[in-house]
Amino acid sequence: MSTFLWVIFPYICLAIFVVGHVWRYQYDKFGWTTRSSQLYESRLLRIGSPLFHFGMLGVVLGHFIGLVIPQSLTDRLGLSHEAYHVIALAGGIPAGIAAVVGLAILVYRRRTVGPVFSATTVNDKVMYAVLGLVIALGMWNTIAGSLLTIGGEYNYRDGVSPWFRQIFWFQPDATLMEDAPLGFQLHAFLAFLLFAMWPFTRLVHVFSAPLGYVTRPYIVYRSRDDRPGVATGTRAQKRGWERVG
Amino acid sequence: MRVMAQMAMVMNLDKCIGCHTCSVTCKQAWTNRQGTEYVWFNNVETRPGLGYPRGYEDQDEWRGGWIRTDNGRLKLRAGGRLNKLLTIFSNPKMPSIQDYYEPWTYDYETLLNAPAQETFPVARPQSLISGKQINIEWSANWDDDLGGSREHAAKDPMLKGIADKVKFEFEQTFMFYLPRICEHCLNPSCAASCPSGAIYKREEDGIVLVDQDKCRGWRMCVTGCPYKKVYFNHKTGKAEKCTFCYPRIEVGIPTVCAETCVGRLRYIGLMLYDADKVLEAASVEDEHDLYEAQRSVFLDPHDPAVQREAERAGIPGDWIEAAKKSPVWRLISEYKVALPLHPEYRTMPMVWYIPPLSPVVDVIKDTGFDAEDKDNLFAAIDALRIPVEYLANLFTAGDVRPVNDVLRKLAAMRSYMRDINLGRDPQASIPESVGMTEEEMYEMFRLLAIAKYSDRYVIPPAHGEQAHALEELATDCPVSGFDDEIFETSGPFGEGSGRGGVTPVAVENLKMLQQRQTADTLVAGGSKRGRVNLLNWDGRGMPKGLFPDRASAGDQAPAPGRGDTEPVDDPALLDDGQARPDNTAGADGGPR
Repeated sequence: MSTFLWVIFPYICLAIFVVGHVWRYQYDKFGWTTRSSQLYESRLLRIGSPLFHFGMLGVVLGHFIGLVIPQSLTDRLGLSHEAYHVIALAGGIPAGIAAVVGLAILVYRRRTVGPVFSATTVNDKVMYAVLGLVIALGMWNTIAGSLLTIGGEYNYRDGVSPWFRQIFWFQPDATLMEDAPLGFQLHAFLAFLLFAMWPFTRLVHVFSAPLGYVTRPYIVYRSRDDRPGVATGTRAQKRGWERVG
Repeated sequence: MRVMAQMAMVMNLDKCIGCHTCSVTCKQAWTNRQGTEYVWFNNVETRPGLGYPRGYEDQDEWRGGWIRTDNGRLKLRAGGRLNKLLTIFSNPKMPSIQDYYEPWTYDYETLLNAPAQETFPVARPQSLISGKQINIEWSANWDDDLGGSREHAAKDPMLKGIADKVKFEFEQTFMFYLPRICEHCLNPSCAASCPSGAIYKREEDGIVLVDQDKCRGWRMCVTGCPYKKVYFNHKTGKAEKCTFCYPRIEVGIPTVCAETCVGRLRYIGLMLYDADKVLEAASVEDEHDLYEAQRSVFLDPHDPAVQREAERAGIPGDWIEAAKKSPVWRLISEYKVALPLHPEYRTMPMVWYIPPLSPVVDVIKDTGFDAEDKDNLFAAIDALRIPVEYLANLFTAGDVRPVNDVLRKLAAMRSYMRDINLGRDPQASIPESVGMTEEEMYEMFRLLAIAKYSDRYVIPPAHGEQAHALEELATDCPVSGFDDEIFETSGPFGEGSGRGGVTPVAVENLKMLQQRQTADTLVAGGSKRGRVNLLNWDGRGMPKGLFPDRASAGDQAPAPGRGDTEPVDDPALLDDGQARPDNTAGADGGPR
């Protein structure tokens, strides 16, 4: 069972994540959008959305530091375990709170503002439920596990982090996760579930972060014929009907 | 010099009667879909008035367009690149649906299903956004014809500085109509605002388009466009805008709004311009110089040096010829009667307007003086500061002088032509007084008043060797659309996702349309399996299928043609002139 949960399942999810994105990009460029609802309601969005998104950026950065940078490296740099935790909590808790509060505002808005609610698909609702659970569990792990140490102290950098890194060199050790507290197990499990859902939800907009805007010229010129092998206009050329030459 | 060609439009506001035919036909052609209910690529505003969306011209509020910084560079008024990326999670200055209007339908079902009762059942309005019953309080043309103007029109941002002088008392005010489409600017701030780089300007004809596959719905373009002519489709989550009907333009026929314009007030033609000079012209210091600066960017297609450079830039020969005949060039640069809309936004707009003389004429008429007399008109233009200042706020960033010049030319044309019409000797002194020759004045009259179809629209088709790629020529295999029909509904990720969700822009073969419109003979409109498309009816002949066939159908057969032009729809008729029973000819068997 633990092999399935902590070896097979993550790989299935990551495979779906990668292949799913490639497939969606090929199949559904037109549907690849933020699906913004700002046209319907702006006041709550103006507070909730930046709070949530900037909070999430902080959270993602925190996860990168916690999961990818091995403890041995920070030890070698002379950063003590306690000092690391203070830094992690000082950065992580405000970011986490921003994300949770932002998400709460956004979910409240989605439910109470009529037009926004009627533009919410089942797909969105399921995604929000999983995302909300992952975030809630993450907050619980941080506050209860690390800050208040309810149920004993657990150093995720000895358990979850090595396991996560091992996934990427195809040697995951399921026992590392077996020993983790239930909160961490659930958080990791649901996070991978979210990765599997990712390509099929509006979350794909994360990968269109328009960083190229900083360097590109303001005005884009394009020739009518500049997409080789593709007909002009909205309709893509059909397979089997490609032009010669 | 880097010569580029731009498809441009001029509208003669004196002829606009505010009938909204352009808006309606445009909507039928482009935005009668879910998610675009509130979208009007073309709209007609009554001025003075708020416009659409409400008060869009107040850039202190909406922050569209460019501003010039102290060091002479242009900057997006809504903030530069980093600013955009930092506010990407929620656009700080996006109009909400309430600034447009909440689209609605009526609950017609109650009318049909209501039981017998004492009071008559009523179809109540229902919001198309929330699905709930709403109280209609605003719409696209709520202040049409100065309706409620004491409350609404007084808020017109263009009345700044002259507000105390403008009266909205009946019989003391003035008004005219302003039809608006996307300006297809030379320096488009919507394209510059797009973080994804999805909005682009076509190299061939300068039409500004949104790549629907690249748009990610960041909504910065909506803010960036000072004319608020980029709309957010709330179903697909993508930006949409006027396309200058590019599929029609590519085969050489005018846009839907121009084609259906009852007043024949729209002119379409090419402008050649020097792309290297655009930024410089857009950054001149004094706003009053922007009109002249933009005109200086345009290149004279009659100048051999320009022609040589144009050829070197890959502009085909027939396009250069079309640029020479372009009515837009004549109105903007030869007669200098067309003015840009809001040059102060520094986007270098390419839909220009001939300001209306009618507010001035109306005033003279009401006083009982001769409204076609040159001296009366000239004196009135000078005396009637209010309409002129208002027009200047719209067209020349507040500089009265160019507006005055244009109005004087129009007034001169009016009185010069009156002499000719009444059989009196034309007075050469009238054109002279506005710096024109008699020939020029007569040619201008022909272009503005006679306005023949072939003079109004000089549109060179896109090039034959590229024709297979054009949207409208439909040279790909007839069965290639087959799988579209199977997946007509949307994909799994919401409206419009997946391949099936996208309807091709072309529904009809416009090459056929063009042949029909340019044919000299009376040709009946082709019918598509019993459908009658009046939108494409050019008024000549009777569309087949409009009325049921009578035994004497032969009476309505096309009149004998002039010359050798064949009626396009011949295969639709049997030998005796009756429609073929299956009535499908012309739909699929037409020229491909």
